[in-house]
Amino acid sequence: MATKVIAGKEVQINDEGFMTDPAEWNKEIAAAIAVEEGISALTDAHWKVIDFCRTTTAGLGGKSPTLRQITAGTGVSTKELFSLFPKGPAKKVAKIAGLGKPEGCV
Amino acid sequence: MADENRHVAFICSKGNLDMAYPALVMGWAALGNGIDVTIFFTFWGMDMITEKRIDHLELAPVGITSMKMGMMGVPGDLGIPNLMGALPGMTAFATSVMRKKIAEVGAPPVREYLQMLVDGGAKLYACKMSVDMFGLRKEDFIDGVIDVVTASDFMDMTEGAQIIFI
Repeated sequence: MATKVIAGKEVQINDEGFMTDPAEWNKEIAAAIAVEEGISALTDAHWKVIDFCRTTTAGLGGKSPTLRQITAGTGVSTKELFSLFPKGPAKKVAKIAGLGKPEGCV
Repeated sequence: MADENRHVAFICSKGNLDMAYPALVMGWAALGNGIDVTIFFTFWGMDMITEKRIDHLELAPVGITSMKMGMMGVPGDLGIPNLMGALPGMTAFATSVMRKKIAEVGAPPVREYLQMLVDGGAKLYACKMSVDMFGLRKEDFIDGVIDVVTASDFMDMTEGAQIIFI
């Protein structure tokens, strides 16, 4: 398992760059990964999505929820979700929230 | 090449309920992974975007050898005899079973799914030849459909894309 220093902290990542231990995550790490993913600043709207993923992941074995679970659970619309996390929200949200790729197709 | 975004284009030519889903599922997955999506609806596939048909896609059990009665909770691997499938009401029955199965895995109905794709940035087009053949107009389609285009237009707009025919 590879490790990477993000926001001054060494964390474990898999070969696709997703963090593998949700407990190693913190808000500074999220902000740093967001910048790597092209999102210069995380707004309240971003945090609403990230916080939702962090709280629901317990029932998903450390994976991020799917996009439809996110829109249903947060009230954030699909359009808004794609504009908050452009070009691939499914992977981007999971990465920034320090979780695994979502399992499930919807 | 690295800065050029991956692009997947689907050609939807079927109007059966079961055949509506492959492009929806794969298109949604593509958008979630940051891949551009274009969908071209042709022939029966236009039912998927036609306002009066989109909520009424059906599945006829006749001739579908993979559809077993196990789907309806009957034990074993019994098929549905074609003669039985031809009885009045069987298409409605098979359709309702399939709708239930689709809902069980958390997949939305076709109209809602297509709207999700449009909101996620998918571009939808209807085939001009089919539109002319069936006597349809752009007004007959759901709002997300951008335009009615020719096969040649489709080829132009999908240059470099991976094309999947369904």
